Amino acid sequence: MQRTHLNSLTLKDHSHIKVGLFIPCYVDQFYPQIAIATLQLLEKLGCKVEYPLNQTCCGQPMSNSGFNSLTQNCNKNFTDNFKDADYIVCPSGSCALHIKEHLHDETNAAGSEHIRKHIYELTEFLTDVLNIESLNVSFPHKVGMHISCHGQRGLHLSSMTELVAPEFSKPEKLLNMVQGLELSYPKRKDECCGFGGTFCVFEEAVSVKMGKDRLKAHEANDIEYITGGDVSCLMHLEGILKRQKSNVKVIHIAEILNS
Amino acid sequence: MQKVIEHAIAAEAFIADEARTDWHDETLWFVRQKRDKMVHGIPEWEQLRQLGSGIKDHTLSNLDTYLKEFEKNAQANGITVHWAADAEEHNTIILEIAKKNNVKQIVKSKSMLTEECHLNPFLISKGIEVVDTDLGERIVQLRNEAPSHIVLPAIHLKKQDVSDTFHKHLHTEKGNNDPQYLTESARLHLRHKFIEADLAITGVNFAVAETGGFVVCTNEGNADMGAHAAKIHIACMGIEKIIPKAEHLGVFLRLLTRSATGQPITTYSSHFHKPRKGQQMHVVIVDNGRSKQLGRSDFKNSLKCIRCAACFNTCPVYRRSGGHSYHNATAGPIGSILNPNINMRENADLPFASTLCGSCTNVCPVKINIHEQLWKWRQVLTEEGYTSSGKKAGMKGIAFVLSNPIVYRLSGKIGRWVLRHFPKLVNNRLNPWYKQRDMPEAPKESFREWYLKQKQS
Amino acid sequence: MSSRDTILKAVSQNKPEQVAIPAINVNNTYEGKNLATIFAGTLQFIGGIIKTINNFDDLKKEIEQKHLNHQFIVNTIPELGITDSEIDTESSAVELEKIEVSYIYGQLGVAENGSIWIDDTNLPNRLLPFICQHLVIILNTKNIVPNMHVAYSTINTFNTGYGLFIAGPSKTADIEQSLVIGAHGARSLTVYLLEN
Repeated sequence: MQRTHLNSLTLKDHSHIKVGLFIPCYVDQFYPQIAIATLQLLEKLGCKVEYPLNQTCCGQPMSNSGFNSLTQNCNKNFTDNFKDADYIVCPSGSCALHIKEHLHDETNAAGSEHIRKHIYELTEFLTDVLNIESLNVSFPHKVGMHISCHGQRGLHLSSMTELVAPEFSKPEKLLNMVQGLELSYPKRKDECCGFGGTFCVFEEAVSVKMGKDRLKAHEANDIEYITGGDVSCLMHLEGILKRQKSNVKVIHIAEILNS
Repeated sequence: MQKVIEHAIAAEAFIADEARTDWHDETLWFVRQKRDKMVHGIPEWEQLRQLGSGIKDHTLSNLDTYLKEFEKNAQANGITVHWAADAEEHNTIILEIAKKNNVKQIVKSKSMLTEECHLNPFLISKGIEVVDTDLGERIVQLRNEAPSHIVLPAIHLKKQDVSDTFHKHLHTEKGNNDPQYLTESARLHLRHKFIEADLAITGVNFAVAETGGFVVCTNEGNADMGAHAAKIHIACMGIEKIIPKAEHLGVFLRLLTRSATGQPITTYSSHFHKPRKGQQMHVVIVDNGRSKQLGRSDFKNSLKCIRCAACFNTCPVYRRSGGHSYHNATAGPIGSILNPNINMRENADLPFASTLCGSCTNVCPVKINIHEQLWKWRQVLTEEGYTSSGKKAGMKGIAFVLSNPIVYRLSGKIGRWVLRHFPKLVNNRLNPWYKQRDMPEAPKESFREWYLKQKQS
Repeated sequence: MSSRDTILKAVSQNKPEQVAIPAINVNNTYEGKNLATIFAGTLQFIGGIIKTINNFDDLKKEIEQKHLNHQFIVNTIPELGITDSEIDTESSAVELEKIEVSYIYGQLGVAENGSIWIDDTNLPNRLLPFICQHLVIILNTKNIVPNMHVAYSTINTFNTGYGLFIAGPSKTADIEQSLVIGAHGARSLTVYLLEN
């Protein structure tokens, strides 16, 4: 594995932390560059990263469609792959949340419990476990921040506009460390993009309408890129952008932090 | 029995008029914004939500005791208390009171319960005139439509639509869309109805066990105009409307209207305790499936609902599909967790009309975990067999692939290969994703393949 | 078994595990602030008209003048002059419909939402605050409390057969969210804040 130079200014030695890299199924198949960026970023920040080779999926597509009862084998496979990691890190809020809430392997209850307690979405892992305060990274572009629902409302990666509570954002904190990046938020800061798992095909009309509206709100800020922590949202938005022949691109936050 | 049009299909038809969808979406988002503005000015808001939730949790765990206490106190104050196990019985009780008192004309202020029981068509079929007096409800009543929102019944209509309806039924000027003018016309028209009515029906926002009284909240004053003019007042309530003490009203009246419309309180919060001299006052306590929901440990929390509709206003799906797509008196997110309890077959589509974004749970003044219950209902409905056999087979297939690393890797590789070499096999009209979105590009290597290559070098 | 018994039995069987009743312990965020000012501001925000007075002289004159002009007004407050004793619980809606202005005494005001509590002791007829075209309420500033919690601990809202918190004139936004003041209840609410 080629080790790139360590470029965190506040380098702590994280090499004792064994990170199990959890790459969602569709990221593995369709967006490998995001997985690569995640891996490289974690290594640059000093982590010892292992990628269990037999992982498949977290089971969310079945579970959210009402078929949680069909996920036992999927859960078992997941637990087998990740039970030995100190931390499990995933570049996707919804997948991390799903594991956190629903991973139960009857054949290894302790193993699945350990995973539930140690699974992290990428940005919260960086801010809460690695305590990253600065990054030597530059991305001089106008970027729209897309807040993904499961990461935000499920994992509390950032504050929610509905609640009367102090504002904060873990992804924003990291993006503010990137030189030259001009970050903007669309109106209706945390409205859902409309992906919603199998919702994107079973309620296609509403799903696309929601996506189109999100894009319109972002484009009002004259952005070049839209970023976020969930590949599912980005995939959905990208699908619409490409159909519209737009110049706006989607980019995962891992790719920005790793640039 | 008319076949129910599933949400996805109704929503698609709604969205076909994109400009109107945008207008509907903006209008309801505006109400959410008003709520936000009001709520962010109350530093103790989250504490209030917790109190509202806690009071309701406590009440539900002692519901039988409080119902009996309410009945006893109400009766001591001269209120006649009736109990209806279901919608039919509710309707019959009201009919009996009407018949006994020779009632020909009824005025009714907003009561979602009476909508749920289909009271109006029942009474009308028995020759009794029923006039809905809430302006929004009157508008939809004249149009022979169902309300599309539990607080803003006519939110799906533009002023042009109202003008046309009033021109037809109230003989207002054709083409005069001015809301002031239209409201004034309705005021005059309904004043007659209030004065002439023999009986007034209202809903109940909160029934207080400690005193046997109940509270009705309106902005228009129509509940009171009806109740204080008519010789008979019937108030209809679901069993879950009970709260233990008068002091709890302080919490709920602070939560309700801020959540519903972004106002600090409704214009009128009327506390009914005893009938006036010479008046009959009745309360009909209705179950209609609520006690069953109470017994469902995953869903009993839905009974805490105070019918503010904040969840409707925040729901990105509701705003873009309209209340009628939910084919029930109570639409929106809360409807999607209440209605399957009443009829699973007809309402199996509703919990899937959501991306599970969780915004509804956050705005709920009594902290109902709506999005979690939506997820749980999906599991229940699937287990009970209310999924298409095609979907079931597809899911079993996916489960198999995703549980077998080798099959998963092979399927992925084949899928990507097909997409690269025979895109038209995937990018066609049979693929719902492809209708309005491009598929993602199919890379030559999966991440795993890249990783293994790296490891070797 | 009656429906009452069926329902209560089902509820008793299905009710969840005991949850204790929470204590209502909410801070008064208006501590040390001028409640009359907050009340006035809120009432104006919700469409009410505010006038501050320290005696009844002008009001008495206003009522006298209206009587002289043969306007159909109802005064329920002895300090303001002759009270209209013909209006009582027997009065019909047909008669009351003609009332132009009602003058009613408000027992308590709530600063956080601009509402005022009145009940049967202030109302010779329950329709009065609704059926008149315009409503006038007299409220003493010393009776303004900060919020609803204090309101409910100050007065017994179920003391008489009927009472209400009234906050501004009747209104509706049911037509395309356009706010219209004057729905079925009074078209306007004027509150005279009496400062001692």
